[in-house]
Amino acid sequence: MQFTHSEEQEEFRTALRRFLEAKSPTAEVRRRMATDAGYDEAVWKSLAQDLALTALHIPEAYGGAGFGVTELGIACEEMGRALLCAPFFATTVMAATAILEGGSDDQKRALLPALAAGDRIATLAVAEPGGDWDAANITMTATADGLTGAKSYVLDGMTADLIVVAAKQPDGALGLYLVEGGARGLTRRALASVDPTRKLARLDFDRTPAALLAGDGAAAYEKTLDTALACLAHEMAGGAERLREDALEYVSMRMQFGRSIASFQVTKHKAADMLLEVELAKAAAYSAASAIDDGDADASGVASLAKSAGSDTYIQTAIHAVQMHGGIGFTAENDTQLWFKRAKASEAFLGTATRHRERMLAHWSA
Amino acid sequence: MTDADMTEAQVRADVRAYLKANWDPNRSLVDWRKMLAESGWGMPHWPKQWFGRGLPSGMTPIVDEEFEAVGAVGVAKMGIRVLAAATILAHGTDAHKARFLPGILTGEETWCQLFSEPGSGSDLAGAATRADLKDGKWIVNGQKVWTTSAHHAHFGLLLARTDWDAVKHKGLSYFLIDMHQPGIQVHQLAQMNGHASFNQVFLTDAVVEPENQLGELGEGWKVATTTLMNERRGADSARKYEGGSDRPGRIYEEERAEIATVMAPYTWYPQRTGRVDLLIPHAKAKGVYDDPEVRQEVARALTLAKSAEWTARRARAAQALGRPPGPEGSIGKLAASHVARAMNKAHTLIAGADAMLTGADGHMDGVIAEILVSTPAISIAGGTDEIQRNIISERILQMPKENRTDTDRPFRDVPRNQVG
Ligand SMILES: Cc1cc2nc3c(=O)[nH]c(=O)nc-3n(C[C@H](O)[C@H](O)[C@H](O)COP(=O)(O)OP(=O)(O)OC[C@H]3O[C@@H](n4cnc5c(N)ncnc54)[C@H](O)[C@@H]3O)c2cc1C
Repeated sequence: MQFTHSEEQEEFRTALRRFLEAKSPTAEVRRRMATDAGYDEAVWKSLAQDLALTALHIPEAYGGAGFGVTELGIACEEMGRALLCAPFFATTVMAATAILEGGSDDQKRALLPALAAGDRIATLAVAEPGGDWDAANITMTATADGLTGAKSYVLDGMTADLIVVAAKQPDGALGLYLVEGGARGLTRRALASVDPTRKLARLDFDRTPAALLAGDGAAAYEKTLDTALACLAHEMAGGAERLREDALEYVSMRMQFGRSIASFQVTKHKAADMLLEVELAKAAAYSAASAIDDGDADASGVASLAKSAGSDTYIQTAIHAVQMHGGIGFTAENDTQLWFKRAKASEAFLGTATRHRERMLAHWSA
Repeated sequence: MTDADMTEAQVRADVRAYLKANWDPNRSLVDWRKMLAESGWGMPHWPKQWFGRGLPSGMTPIVDEEFEAVGAVGVAKMGIRVLAAATILAHGTDAHKARFLPGILTGEETWCQLFSEPGSGSDLAGAATRADLKDGKWIVNGQKVWTTSAHHAHFGLLLARTDWDAVKHKGLSYFLIDMHQPGIQVHQLAQMNGHASFNQVFLTDAVVEPENQLGELGEGWKVATTTLMNERRGADSARKYEGGSDRPGRIYEEERAEIATVMAPYTWYPQRTGRVDLLIPHAKAKGVYDDPEVRQEVARALTLAKSAEWTARRARAAQALGRPPGPEGSIGKLAASHVARAMNKAHTLIAGADAMLTGADGHMDGVIAEILVSTPAISIAGGTDEIQRNIISERILQMPKENRTDTDRPFRDVPRNQVG
């Protein structure tokens, strides 16, 4: 297991942080989150073409850069820190991984280069209304006529050109299906999200044409979920660290009672606890990526651990960060609320901490 | 027998008789509230000479019950006006009481609390808004912030510095300021939950007539403490937001119109408490009430909320016995923060993936989503949790006070935030 990042990985992080500081300052985040599409075309292109982030973990044979989930995780951590508004998580983390895990060689050759180049936006639709990312609870079943039913909380579901849909095959086994964004019988509706930096949609399918990915759908989905969980854990750790740093900066410049509020012991203890919690969440996220890259038997358990620990830490850090700002922390104008809402939405995204603690134990190998 | 000795049954019979003779939903709202102010039934625990009946405050629930039984509207009781009334009752002259209390009770005049400033929130006594006496009038300059309802208010409770050479707590004075004047500019501030109930207030040569000073010159901190104690004591009750009645009748129409305008800043207040009342309905509606994890979380949250409510009642019972409000309000306020956070957690667990959705897409028409982004206010507004803990430890537990360097020198020499 890789417990710390290499020099090259740290350099990659530094370059990416610089890029995101320039392209995704919070003023830009606010502009993007107010739009329907929720992202900036030029930044997306630059992210794909100049930094090749969309190619990161896709093998070179399919137009990718051949890195692992560890590098993908670093990218997500930095994006979470910058609260980047982009269809990266949907396209690269979720859809590309699903195709990578579930597609035949031909399917990968046909589909992945466009995703690696950032030319197409894609997503993965799993949860149905009610919200459950557990494969066992998927009810949508494919028939000879195609897919019928509803998927909800679909990340970037309005803008995706390609949708990978998790649905049961006629024989009951889980399958991953490909649906074109403009397919017949597909109706999309934008959902109002607590976190406007992350666009969600409900997709209704009515005998919509769909092509089955060739591989074992159930296994491919679990592996895709593991990668998504590990990446989400990175994203949450990155966001939490940013909140922690910003709160520390704020209390360091704010005075009350004739002294810095950072000088109150209770503030210091809170800051110390925040550091502790964020560092633990980072360690869990990094270990999940490493376990996946190493093909560890308990990678699923570690990925679920990282998700549940990460989302608990993220929201707790956000609560502390708002509190440390006082009145200004409750305003729309202060940026803390942007991460607070991302933390709130991340508690439920891909399954609650409760669910993932169960999944962790189910996969635990001592 | 004095009124203070009346039994429950006597009070109940009296209020019933009064309502039977006078309650009429076709009266105008203001006329009815004037009648309540004159008869004392609007604020039965207030002194007889000041629009009350001198009843022990323990009797007010009985009066409330009788009002509810016939659907009678009460005097205006929500918002900062409650704090204004309590402060004026405690520190005002007869002229102040006669001038301001009736408008508060009828709802014709609303109030805001001009305490916090960009540079001083927790450290309210560090207020740097100045009031200078010029040609017999107080001229006020400075900035206030987070002022709830200032955009509707007729009057403000103003804490301002009148002496810069005195130590910080001795240089403040308390004023009742007319908000409708050229020297006052109000800008609404948007909150993270999408509402905009608080404001920035800019005071530029704003004028206060000398008779509108409340309490002695330099004693503003003492007066402000009364306001704060009442605010904190009120914070423990999960203050019910009266949504108004949909019954027909002129008085209900006028009440609905009042709620839609001057009461609008408070529509989200129930959500910031966490909505304990919605916990089980939410779990049932989502079909997760049988889930053992949900049940545990709901039970834990309810335990906390109930214990906090009983503690608040215990404090009120003590008040009814004539004990003055003390720092125990800080316990209730701190408990309310714990309750709100527990509710947020429980509602999030119940909501599952729907915790990601808001507005019409969110559960219960967005009310649940509003809870999730409103509870952080409760541990900040009216004095933060950290400040309540300081009050509890230093005043109730008598633990050693922090070493202070801001109270031993003229205020002008105390380091403070440079705010633009
Ligand atoms: C919804 C809402 C409505 C409000 N309405 C009004 C209103 O109508 N009128 C009004 O005057 N004000 C109002 N306020 C302001 C509120 O009273 C202040 O925000 C609050 O007292 C905190 O002050 P501050 O914002 O300046 O934060 P600060 O005082 O700067 O506090 C920042 C952080 O430092 C901590 N801190 C400060 N001092 C200490 C200490 N000694 N020890 C440990 N920690 C400390 C605080 O707890 C907090 O976590 C409102 C606030 C909110 C959120």
